[in-house]
Amino acid sequence: MSNQIQRKQYLAAYGFVVPFFIVFIAMLVVPLIFSGYLSFFVDRIIGGVSFVGFENYIRAFTDPAFLAGLGRTALILVIQVPIMLALALAFALALDSGRVRGSNILRLLIFVPYAVPGVVATLMWGYLYGGEFGLIAQMARGLGLPAPDLLSNETILFSIMNIVTWAFVGYNMVIIYSALKSIPAELYEAAEIDGASQWRVAWSVKIPAVRPAIMLTVIFSVIGSFQIFNEPSLLQPLAPTAINQSYTPNFYAYNLAFVNQDVNYAAAIAFLLGFIIMIVSYVVQLSTQRKERTA
Amino acid sequence: MMGHRARRAAVAITSIATVTALALSGCTPSGNSGGGTTGPITDEQREEALNTPTELTFWTWVPDIQDQVDLFEKKYPAIKVKVENVGQGLDHYTKVRTAIQAGSGAPDVIQLEYQYISSFSVSGDLLDLAPYGAADLEDQYVPWVWNQVVDGDKVYSIPQDSGPMGNLYREDILTAAGVTEPPATWEDYRTAAEAVRANTSSYISNIASNQAGQWLGLFWQAGAKPFGFDGDKGVTIDVNSAEAKKVVSYWQDMIQNDLVSVDPDFNDDWYQGLNQGKYAGWLTAAWAPVFLSGAAGDTSGLWRAAPLPQWKAGDNVSGNWGGSSDAVLSGTKNPIAAYELAKWINNDKEPALQFATQQFLFPTATAVLEDPAFTGQEPEFYGGQKVNELFAGISDTVDTEFQWLPFMDFAYSSFTDTFGAAVAAKGDLSAGLDEWQKALTDYATQQGFTVK
Repeated sequence: MSNQIQRKQYLAAYGFVVPFFIVFIAMLVVPLIFSGYLSFFVDRIIGGVSFVGFENYIRAFTDPAFLAGLGRTALILVIQVPIMLALALAFALALDSGRVRGSNILRLLIFVPYAVPGVVATLMWGYLYGGEFGLIAQMARGLGLPAPDLLSNETILFSIMNIVTWAFVGYNMVIIYSALKSIPAELYEAAEIDGASQWRVAWSVKIPAVRPAIMLTVIFSVIGSFQIFNEPSLLQPLAPTAINQSYTPNFYAYNLAFVNQDVNYAAAIAFLLGFIIMIVSYVVQLSTQRKERTA
Repeated sequence: MMGHRARRAAVAITSIATVTALALSGCTPSGNSGGGTTGPITDEQREEALNTPTELTFWTWVPDIQDQVDLFEKKYPAIKVKVENVGQGLDHYTKVRTAIQAGSGAPDVIQLEYQYISSFSVSGDLLDLAPYGAADLEDQYVPWVWNQVVDGDKVYSIPQDSGPMGNLYREDILTAAGVTEPPATWEDYRTAAEAVRANTSSYISNIASNQAGQWLGLFWQAGAKPFGFDGDKGVTIDVNSAEAKKVVSYWQDMIQNDLVSVDPDFNDDWYQGLNQGKYAGWLTAAWAPVFLSGAAGDTSGLWRAAPLPQWKAGDNVSGNWGGSSDAVLSGTKNPIAAYELAKWINNDKEPALQFATQQFLFPTATAVLEDPAFTGQEPEFYGGQKVNELFAGISDTVDTEFQWLPFMDFAYSSFTDTFGAAVAAKGDLSAGLDEWQKALTDYATQQGFTVK
């Protein structure tokens, strides 16, 4: 009897997930397999399609344009991600301490940039950065300072990092803040009885307690860094020579497919990027798990 | 001239999105199964096609082109034309290619810039219009323009507008700098540039680091033949020829001595620069006089037009930048009607003159170029100067043998990454040109072309 009910429940459960699986397979799995298939071919304007095995992948590893793009995203990972997460943690701790007036409004203000679509944000920052008539340049001139060129070969990567930090600091803050809110009050009472200062509480109670949340933001940021596309794509008209076709791997894959008409190589680049992201994410996760075990 | 995902998602999602987009665009081989004919079309066939109810799709970005299409529909009531704007320049070409590869949804007639004709004919995507009667149109067009749309005895497109190059300049700024005559030679231009830098806060002009079209127009004027395509497998790539090097060494000196600016063009900063007098001139094309009067409205009446400065005193040579044509895709099911649309709106006197006087496209048909309704215009923006007449004269001085590569999308984007980057950095332009040459040669070889 109970067996029959159980079976019915199983069936109903499958019924509920079927629509998702249909879409998942049709829109994700099949195209993924097809792209993998495409990446083993080459389609030349003269000569047409031919099977080349792993040639596109080998080409990618020796393609200075792809490697330079990968290097740029790695630079974003090691410079921008720590700054952004440190800021997010600092904001979350400050708001959680309850010592900041109007913390609800502040929390909202820090979060709002995340609600601004990435495309709009980049266009807006592009306007602010404008070398001749942008707001930052005008303010610098107003103060009698030389206008900084924020769209030059040397500065554009940092201008992009700034946009990304601005957009995502609030999002990461909210994740850490909600984790802070779920710390049991007993821990604070115990710390108080032991006579710990607020700093000490933050360092020895709060941060260790929200470590899983911080790790989550780290993984998300690792993925996000490698995926940067909107920013270079939209800033390119402003800095056409500073942002080249292969500025980030994602942007490169797009340009390969739609400008160079090299869909097969673009598929290989996209696959390779996916694998690199998986490996880096796994390494980050593994290294923190070991730390937790030793801690 | 006439002419880009969720960040914080799980590992796979965005990668998959990229891959999906690629898969969607690359899945089916291009089908050239539609129209196409071997012998010339007879009058009966034409008559029949034009009286059979037909629906055509026309992808174009030309503003108000519906006016010309309306005239066409009035003339041939059986034919209905759907005009769609899918973007301008590269966006447009990307969509056309995707539709061709998808095997359905491609238009019948497309807007096509001259430099992209061979990029589409190489894959067999353009209908040869010669059997439909286009071969007979040759003597109605300016020779250099006609050479742009033909390959041997094949005609791939019907010319619409062009962009022979001239020099637009601010008379007030040049006068303030003590330059009373527009520079006749490039040597004079340098002298004038020094005077402008010394006496005003302007640059004599801006040579855009990202604008392949402008640079190629200047190479064209100097007699360079950077590209060639034999219509089959052979391409000629010679972007670092002696003629091109002569041009870049001239600009190297101008840039190094801060006599010209190298700002990217067609963005907000550049528009501001035109309005606020940062640039006292623009080495540009025949479509620019009208474009400029819209883009720099505050400076009305202060501009004048002149031919390009010359390499040899007394010469009268120019190059071309931009302009476009209308081509019929080989996948069309109604080739005759599609050809008649492309031809009629650009070739019949009424719509063609309308393009010149209402949309202000610079004409390519000699009859329109000579029409007083066109040449007689005295725009106030240029202090009443007969600008059209001047550019109509320049149009005859464009070298007729300039060709393109069958992969101009790549050629332009790699231009920006190599030579353009050198210009922006005010670095070694000659080395930048060599780098571009190498990028083009590598790409051509990899795509299976024979490089000569």
